[in-house]
Amino acid sequence: MKNEDFARIQSRRRFFRQCAGGIGTIALAELLRADTGDPLAPKPPHFPAKAKNIIFLFMEGAPSQMDLFDPKPALRKWHGHPLPPSMTKDLKLAFIKPTASILASPREFKPYGQCGMELSDLLPHTASIADDICMVRGMQSEAFNHHPGQLFLFAGHMIGGRPTMGAWVTYGLGSESQNLPGFVVLSSGVGTSAGSDNYSNGFLPSMYAGTVFRNSGDPILYLTNPPGMSNEAQRARLDTLREMNQEHLDDTGDREIASRIHSYELAYRMQSAGPELLDFSKESSATLEMYGVNTETTRPFATNCLLARRLVERGTRFVMLMHASWDHHSEINKSIGKQTAATDQPAAALIKDLKQRGMLENTLVVWGGEFGRTPMSEMRRPEEADNAGRDHHPNGYSIWLAGGGIRGGQVIGKTDELGLSVVQDAVQVHDLQATMLHCLGLDHKRLTYRHMGRDFRLTDVSGEVVPKMLV
Amino acid sequence: MRGGLLIFFCASLAAAAVPGKIDFARDIQPLFSARCYGCHGPQQQMSGLRLDVKDAAIRGGYSGPLFKSGDGGNSTLIHRISGDKGFAAMPPVGPRLAGDEIALLRAWIDQGANWPDTGTAAAASRTSSHWAFQAIAHPAIPQVADASWVRNPVDAFIRARLEREKIAPAPEASRNTLLRRVSLDLTGLPPTPAEMDAFLTDKRPDAYERQVDRLLGSQHFAEKWARQWLDLARYADSDGYEKDWVRPWAWRYRQWVIEAIDRDMPFDQFTIAQIAGDLLPNSTPEQKIATGFHRNTLTNREGGIDNAQFRFENTVDRASTVGSVWLGLTVGCAQCHDHKFDPISQKDFYQTFAFFDNVEEVDIDAPLPGELGPWLRARDEYRKKRSELLAEYHVPELQAEWEKRLRETSANPGKWLDWDLAWDCVKKLTEGGDGAGILLKNERTAREQDILTDHFIRNYHFAVGPNRYDEIKFKELDEKLTVLKTTYPQLSQAMVLAESAPRTTYLRVRGDYKNPGIEVQPAALSVLPQLGTTKSRPTRLDLARWLVTPENPLTARVAVNRIWQELFGQGIVASSEDFGTRGDKPSHPELLDWLAGQFRENGWSRKQIIRTIVTSATYRQSSKARPELENSDASNTLLARQARLRLTAEGIRDSSLAVSGLLSTEIGGKSIRPPQPNGVMEMGYGKKGGAQWDESKGADRYRRGLYIQFLRSTPYPQLVNFDAPKSNVSLCRRERSNTSLQALNLLNDPVFVEAAQALAYRIATESSDPLKYAFHLTLGRDPNAREIKSMSTYLEKHDWTGLSSILLNLDEFITRE
Repeated sequence: MKNEDFARIQSRRRFFRQCAGGIGTIALAELLRADTGDPLAPKPPHFPAKAKNIIFLFMEGAPSQMDLFDPKPALRKWHGHPLPPSMTKDLKLAFIKPTASILASPREFKPYGQCGMELSDLLPHTASIADDICMVRGMQSEAFNHHPGQLFLFAGHMIGGRPTMGAWVTYGLGSESQNLPGFVVLSSGVGTSAGSDNYSNGFLPSMYAGTVFRNSGDPILYLTNPPGMSNEAQRARLDTLREMNQEHLDDTGDREIASRIHSYELAYRMQSAGPELLDFSKESSATLEMYGVNTETTRPFATNCLLARRLVERGTRFVMLMHASWDHHSEINKSIGKQTAATDQPAAALIKDLKQRGMLENTLVVWGGEFGRTPMSEMRRPEEADNAGRDHHPNGYSIWLAGGGIRGGQVIGKTDELGLSVVQDAVQVHDLQATMLHCLGLDHKRLTYRHMGRDFRLTDVSGEVVPKMLV
Repeated sequence: MRGGLLIFFCASLAAAAVPGKIDFARDIQPLFSARCYGCHGPQQQMSGLRLDVKDAAIRGGYSGPLFKSGDGGNSTLIHRISGDKGFAAMPPVGPRLAGDEIALLRAWIDQGANWPDTGTAAAASRTSSHWAFQAIAHPAIPQVADASWVRNPVDAFIRARLEREKIAPAPEASRNTLLRRVSLDLTGLPPTPAEMDAFLTDKRPDAYERQVDRLLGSQHFAEKWARQWLDLARYADSDGYEKDWVRPWAWRYRQWVIEAIDRDMPFDQFTIAQIAGDLLPNSTPEQKIATGFHRNTLTNREGGIDNAQFRFENTVDRASTVGSVWLGLTVGCAQCHDHKFDPISQKDFYQTFAFFDNVEEVDIDAPLPGELGPWLRARDEYRKKRSELLAEYHVPELQAEWEKRLRETSANPGKWLDWDLAWDCVKKLTEGGDGAGILLKNERTAREQDILTDHFIRNYHFAVGPNRYDEIKFKELDEKLTVLKTTYPQLSQAMVLAESAPRTTYLRVRGDYKNPGIEVQPAALSVLPQLGTTKSRPTRLDLARWLVTPENPLTARVAVNRIWQELFGQGIVASSEDFGTRGDKPSHPELLDWLAGQFRENGWSRKQIIRTIVTSATYRQSSKARPELENSDASNTLLARQARLRLTAEGIRDSSLAVSGLLSTEIGGKSIRPPQPNGVMEMGYGKKGGAQWDESKGADRYRRGLYIQFLRSTPYPQLVNFDAPKSNVSLCRRERSNTSLQALNLLNDPVFVEAAQALAYRIATESSDPLKYAFHLTLGRDPNAREIKSMSTYLEKHDWTGLSSILLNLDEFITRE
């Protein structure tokens, strides 16, 4: 601490004294935030950015691209037959062998929007935003199992322990929100394979970890006052605490105490901002209807999509929605429809809602899983005809992006006739990460953190921005 | 497209003039020199390749030999420079080699790659002038002007530097602060009011040293310092991946660490036991349990994964961890390429890797005291009952058939998908052993047979489907067997390392487990003194002993530096994980060497070196800020004061429970589960059928933080909120963050609310001067007038529980000053 800083703290001490007993006002919080070197205070990007925030709709378990986004009519010819070994020799498979027979998709694909993007009949709502989204059909991952695949997607490395995308972004840009966490995680469906590894701060300080908004109990852990404690009592507790902390700050001169005071004030504000965030009473019925908040099938994911918009509105930098699971090893034709029924409408509504509020252009939305699924069938119970599913397939799958610097209404990349591999414009996971950071004005090679003697980055040692995706 | 280009390219090659007799010195060497030496010459040898020395060039790089004499068309060199066979063209920067240059090289190889002896350059042995690789010196203890300040040599080194900078040290901290500080540092628990009283009234000149000795003798010392070691050991109670299975016996290793530290096991023995305890002559069960250090690596049981990949990753982790924990080097950086900054080649990395390549993970019977007798007495009856049960449900017949099918399946992958799946499950989901290994064995021990049978009973449905599985009532059988197991005494288990037959170890090109390069042998890092063994293949035991030889310049320095870090918040080398060229230089190099020398020469005693440090005048200084030094020494590198350090996650829990009187002081044992909100487990894959959180009952709810069951996928929130490690990889230095989630945690978490209630009860019932007593309990000092006023004002409208909670949330309470 410089002498001037010390003097400033001393003068702030007097300021505190003057309003002792009063409620910590926002102005005071602002003062403190700038003063205490809050690591979550907003930071300028490396270069002018299109997007300010990210909403990642993580479709856990690996959705089947050829049943949703990437029509493969040629599979019908091969249906029920294995492919010649020459075509399958490069496949990495988890459960099935390359000799497994082909499973054609029963879905019908039609072109939508002015751009004529072909989409499956399972996605009528996504069809209505075709002109806003950039479909990437040439995704490739290096991992072909869930936990490593999810780590690879979010941390850029298959082995655990590294920071995740949301942590990197809040580390790089801080957060605009004064009252809510900068990186929020929402979940629907069952748990995910990688658990907290998907939103871990890794070796970054813990303030960059994703804060989970839970579906039961306190939305944020320990947000609610202890039983029987009113808000006034909580405030009184915090006022006395602040007074005593301040007293000790005067005595020791340790700036860390000023940060502690600030953290408690933010915690208090979060206690009211949390419930306010979750209160949909001021949303119009048209909005609730559009997301599907009040329909049983769509409610969990719709609630989270609407929350995502509200979070971004309130300055949260990175919102991650996890929806599990799309891991359809068996009964895919039946099960995949359940997931699209739960997610199609809310996801499309999110894009429309952001757009109508003028928020889409600075919010980057990404929809995708950790890899895709095989054109071959997986038959766990050969005696049951409907049992067919699909195995993991990292060699060519689809995701989509929208808003925040992304050029919508286009399809990038092409897989071969059977969807085995990418024949044009392959995009690696590290490329996707580099592009997402680019939209935020961050150079993925400059966003680094020194740990155990090495400068780490989200994209590990590779990754190129994909210019075709950009506006 | 690509093929077309190639054909075109080959055609143009063929069209190039066919060179005549090639002369190495005239035609080839200038080409190497101009285009290759930059990366593969005297300065650096990327990917292990050196082209300016004949022998080295003929040996080739990490991927193997570069040319097949007489067969240019099939030589790696030609593939590399022409960029075919999937290789990126060399050189990677600048223009590519011209067609006639490639033709020249190819013709040279075709003609026998004749390379006349021109005298060889010195063998490429690595040396370094970097400070950390030099032998530990025996520095003279400096003279200082103010000799009266110096309590022991530590102070002489610190004060000499301060005098050079013309800075006076801080005054000694108050006795209250001092006892609270040293109690928290040595045991992780604050002093009780009685302990504080005893110290404050003890007027003997060595009163403080007596307190230090008392604390060093406390078993809580071992708990506190074990936790620091567990960070390095990436200790956790679960697998880490996906299902994140609980490891019910992981605690045996933790227990070993606590006991070893408690009896001050010399650090050299402590090292050897953990790396190679199983290889010591007539090794004891305890020495085997110590090798649990390297069983804390992650396990992936996800269906369909390649076990070889995760075996490789674990071996990489073991080699890297030894590098960072004992050598303070980022050895892991050389997994994919030669280290960019330190003299550690990729070959060096795989030579360290080779020590662990033939490690086998085994679980053993490791009976706790008193278990063996009852187990032996009951064994025959238990086995008889078990056999009867198995027979009743036709297990022997069904299992024999199942095993037969699986053996066929393992030999014919892809033929029967359902059985493929069952076979994959044997590989991944067997509890307590390597199911596939056991299944393919002809002779099994009774223990192995039980492991396989238990797996069979639990997982037979993968092979035959749920309907048949229900029909034969194996679920019922499983329950009965579990009951039987709990009725009869069983032996406790431990996860340890064992040595299997030597494997041939290959360097992996670009760190990819599927891409073997040259063969390597286990060896020490080439920049350090060598192993000094004549064995053809050194073992882990040789590695372990080498780490603690007097010639090794790193181990002692790295170990004392971490102790220093624990006691001052920052090491003498601030980057305690990196002593390499990119790490921080030591702020007091002579002191570091003096401490390292003391440590080694005094029998590697942890307690003794800690005693030396905490009794120094340097340690006893006040930690108050010194604004006048903020410009010259903002990070307090010169140690003109002590540091205020926020307690660790465990320290905060332990202190809160201790002052409120709730803490259970039982030492060691199994992991416990304090109350946590329901939503935590839901976030993991374990939600369905996986790990659950059965809250501990009674006193176990109030045990110290280091006993909390750590599930890597769904870690206990309070630990995560306060920067406890994720335990996926080794950690040398924790962060100390300051967040609003921490505030919410301490304000509203039922665990801390309960502590506040209990503290309020103590304050109200145990003293006639409650405000003073409250401060004594929590902060170990008297409140001042303003603090009394703040508290009194609060109490006018609110209760003692609220006030207790305020005290437990005070920055001072969660800080060691």
